[in-house]
Amino acid sequence: MVKIDAKIPEGPLADKWKNYKNNQKLVNPANKRKLDIIVVGTGLAGASAAASFGEMGFNVKTFTIQDSPRRAHSIAAQGGINAAKNYPNDGDSIYRLFYDTVKGGDYRAREANVHRLAEVSNSIIDQCVAQGVPFAREYGGLLDNRSFGGAQVSRTFYAKGQTGQQLLLGAYQALMRQVNEGNVELHTRNEMVEIVMVDGKARGIISRNLVTGKLERHFAHAVVLATGGYGNTFFLSTNAMGSNGSAAMKAYKKGAMFANPCFAQIHPTCIPVHGEFQSKLTLMSESLRNDGRIWVPKKKEDAEAIRAGKLKPTEIAEEDRDYYLERRYPAFGNLVPRDVASRAAKERCDAGFGVGTTGLAVYLDFKSAIDRLGRDAIEARYGNLFQMYEKIVDDNPYETPMMIYPAIHYTMGGIWVDYELQTSVPGLFAAGEANFSDHGANRLGASALMQGLADGYFVLPYTIQNYLADDIATPRMTTEEKEFEEAENAAKGRFEKLMSINGEKSVDSLHKELGLVMWDFVGMARNKEGLQEAIEKIQAIKKEFWSNVRIPGSTGGMNVELEKASRLADFIEIGELMARDALHREESCGGHFREEYQTEEGEALRQDDKFAYSGCWAYKGEDQEPELNKEELTFDVVKLVQRNYK
Amino acid sequence: MSSTLGSSIGKKLLMSLSGLFLIMFLVVHLTVNSFLLIPDGGEFFNAGAHFMATTPAIRLIEPLLAIGFLVHILWGVKLTIENRRARGNARYASGKKTTGVTWASQNMLVLGITVGAFLVLHIAQFWVKMKLTGDPLLDHTTISIGGVETEVENAYALVNTTFSYLWIVVVYVIGAIGLAIHLSHGFWSAFQTIGFSNEIWRKRLTVLGNIFAWLMGLGFSLIAVLQYFFYQG
Amino acid sequence: MENTINIKLKVWRQAGPKAKGRFETFELKNISTDSSFLEMLDILNEQLINKGEEPVAFDHDCREGICGMCSLYINGRPHGPDDDVTTCQLHMRKFKDGQTITIEPWRSAGFPVIKDLIVDRGAFDKIIAAGGYVSVNTGGVPDANALPIPKPNADEAMDAASCIGCGACVAACKNGSAMLFVSAKVSQLALLPQGKVEGARRAKNMVAKMDELGFGNCTNTGACEVECPKGISLANIARLNREFLSAKAQD
Repeated sequence: MVKIDAKIPEGPLADKWKNYKNNQKLVNPANKRKLDIIVVGTGLAGASAAASFGEMGFNVKTFTIQDSPRRAHSIAAQGGINAAKNYPNDGDSIYRLFYDTVKGGDYRAREANVHRLAEVSNSIIDQCVAQGVPFAREYGGLLDNRSFGGAQVSRTFYAKGQTGQQLLLGAYQALMRQVNEGNVELHTRNEMVEIVMVDGKARGIISRNLVTGKLERHFAHAVVLATGGYGNTFFLSTNAMGSNGSAAMKAYKKGAMFANPCFAQIHPTCIPVHGEFQSKLTLMSESLRNDGRIWVPKKKEDAEAIRAGKLKPTEIAEEDRDYYLERRYPAFGNLVPRDVASRAAKERCDAGFGVGTTGLAVYLDFKSAIDRLGRDAIEARYGNLFQMYEKIVDDNPYETPMMIYPAIHYTMGGIWVDYELQTSVPGLFAAGEANFSDHGANRLGASALMQGLADGYFVLPYTIQNYLADDIATPRMTTEEKEFEEAENAAKGRFEKLMSINGEKSVDSLHKELGLVMWDFVGMARNKEGLQEAIEKIQAIKKEFWSNVRIPGSTGGMNVELEKASRLADFIEIGELMARDALHREESCGGHFREEYQTEEGEALRQDDKFAYSGCWAYKGEDQEPELNKEELTFDVVKLVQRNYK
Repeated sequence: MSSTLGSSIGKKLLMSLSGLFLIMFLVVHLTVNSFLLIPDGGEFFNAGAHFMATTPAIRLIEPLLAIGFLVHILWGVKLTIENRRARGNARYASGKKTTGVTWASQNMLVLGITVGAFLVLHIAQFWVKMKLTGDPLLDHTTISIGGVETEVENAYALVNTTFSYLWIVVVYVIGAIGLAIHLSHGFWSAFQTIGFSNEIWRKRLTVLGNIFAWLMGLGFSLIAVLQYFFYQG
Repeated sequence: MENTINIKLKVWRQAGPKAKGRFETFELKNISTDSSFLEMLDILNEQLINKGEEPVAFDHDCREGICGMCSLYINGRPHGPDDDVTTCQLHMRKFKDGQTITIEPWRSAGFPVIKDLIVDRGAFDKIIAAGGYVSVNTGGVPDANALPIPKPNADEAMDAASCIGCGACVAACKNGSAMLFVSAKVSQLALLPQGKVEGARRAKNMVAKMDELGFGNCTNTGACEVECPKGISLANIARLNREFLSAKAQD
């Protein structure tokens, strides 16, 4: 086991970031021009970082697998972005935002990082407003705020139900401005397939042009991965179809540790699965739980009749309904945190009370809200969501209760980074959802956007300078060097190997098999036996994949199946890593629920004496067990307590 | 300036301004034409025609009008060619099923050609005869203008005789309806192009545009038809 | 309970940008009407792969109507026969049993085909790069509440900003014009004091880039507005015309 140094600056918590900035090394403007940075991914973190680097004068190359940087999945975030502005004068502060985030993360995040996040949160709002992000405003012309789960204050800024879209477009536009000025070179439909290491440092990437199929070599003094999360390991998730964990896996195999892979967030209000050909799950905003009441039938025979289509939910009498969240958690009711609401839904469905044709759904009923507030008020609040639901399900939620079920939504785990967002590979940085840093075991609503932009606008521009200051004498390397050639050959060999399998099964069919194993054993509730079984099953899928996958076409030109296969190969390894991490973490915390570790009432039970650390997995070679390293978490400011929502 | 008019919006500006200018001309033209319906044997109409032919300010506008027509036609053709190129060579095999788009807006060139073809006939029948070649029907007649006995060309006789042929009336009605459909899009579109439109004004301008278009179209048609049926002999 | 339909697909296939394309016909049986349109294509591709044939290439990503990646011209309309949705939100219940569905790529000189149903919309990025932003660097900006913005303006800016850059406007336009896309961005920023500062420069540069890239001239047919999955209004084009003409008048 290696000793992990997170490089947390000295001083009291509130001064650490200031101290860091005061003492870090800088690069002068003339030298910035001589330094190249590669940014992989153009979501909130990637686009904001690349734009900021370009503005500072670095030479930037940025890569996206989509046809435009604006397609990154940050665009789909609905709710909002948190900041400690305290505009509503309701008692918010940087400390409270910090505290809520650490607590919401079930005490598995690094205090110093989270405090920095809270500190820069206000600058993010200023920056976005200056860019022309059309946040919601009040009649007086000032910014509006709303409340979100896990907080007692209103600190969430929003732009209709499309906050992620607007923030991403702001960052995208800043990025395109730098492209126009020649500071950023944009590579679209271009996927990083290998990291190039020279003398132990990340010095470039090999990428695959997804249109021509050609491999390209790119040098840089430092590489930033802002490639998002790995939720698609489950096949069905709220992630975009192209979201993948391959960049993270490439980094992992070059020596970057992967931290807390088992911390995956399950969102309680998604539209349920309807059939085996379903490709993706659609999230319905968490805000619906403000007015919707969640229930299932009290009698099993009613649930069975509903599943058989013989009974309608509206025909079930009030006294025959089980509003199980209100019953179990009288204090928070339907507004319990995401993980609690998700597990409660699964518990009811597993017990045979689920509805929908599959029995894997619960009702989210707006009838009492409509009776109380009127249909117009509900339409004003949720009209667009109701319409979206009706388009997908063909059911009118004003008349029939909505059906919802939990789905994988976000991964808190990711590439391990130190305080500077540098991975365990020198010169390789990770930002946004791709890193593991700020959310601990559970992410609060409206915090993902905050973290992505904090990393890109206000953290990396400082910390990467501190690294590059030592590199000003390093000249640009030609990509003819043997390290580039070796890396390209490795990537080429991998693609050729995939093409040569020529088996019977499609990539998607294998991915679905993996997804089912993940959902059944590494999903909302996990246990030792199940996780052990999952590892075996995943290894079997891996064997099946490498011997029986079928990829039509060739490596030349556009080949979507080859792209998917390459990503699935990595998902399989991430899946195994998730299962291993979940198996080793013998406690329940945040998004990780081990059935063996729960209170008598069925609530998550942490084991702080044994597991108050981040589990950091190091790659030890093909078919070798990875090595677990621990970054102990010390809490100087926050006191650890059991979460209680009763 | 050249960069303004060379830009896509600039080119459209020329279409818009020339179109609005032609719209003003149409108003004047219809007003004078409406004199044809006064049952005074054409006296008032001849007075109007005389006024139009002799007032210096109107004589000065005439070449401008020609330029207006020319710009509107030439740029219309130019824009259509450019737009076909921008559209690319490939066409949709499944056609266009977008609803709520007016037929007129998609066929302005066709409508323009219809109106243009009519215009050629119209100019040959009246303008050429009145300004260049002359015609026995135009022999001078004496009318009273403001109490003064004035000798003027008998434009009424030419018009009245022309509209005694059924085929000409039919052609005029077709031309006028083509014009109405052209205007039903053109009127609103001209304002949109100069930027004089928003959510509210768009509705107003389209309603106004439609009323105006059919006022013009039916007005010109009706005069020809009535001339044919009720003003002969 | 579950309804299924049998359909016939006529799909545009084109091996590469320069290759000659053609329609290929496929038959699909027992498609659940609850499937989304793209899930139906997934099923088609699964069948093609199992037969050892190349699957149909099409753009898609978020599958919830916000990323703007999916395209497809379906039975005469961009994003298919439903209103106010992207192709990924279109469901098979909008089609009848036995129906023939024709699927084509966006057709416009500004969007060349890359493969099958995938087109290159890079031109949109270039137009944004020409001026679709507020020129502020990270840091050194005033407090977010320093400048009050009237709520109606902020709301209207938000409506314009909801453009997802999918290109349906260009695909629907008989002139291959990108005016709705350009006007949405120019409008959004012109409505906000932060963007107003360089409004004139932005309008000129973005229009010049749009023209340079070969998009057509707007003739106000309104087809773009009808087919826009986000309901971007033609009023934005009027505003762009105003912004552009007044900017030019000031030169």
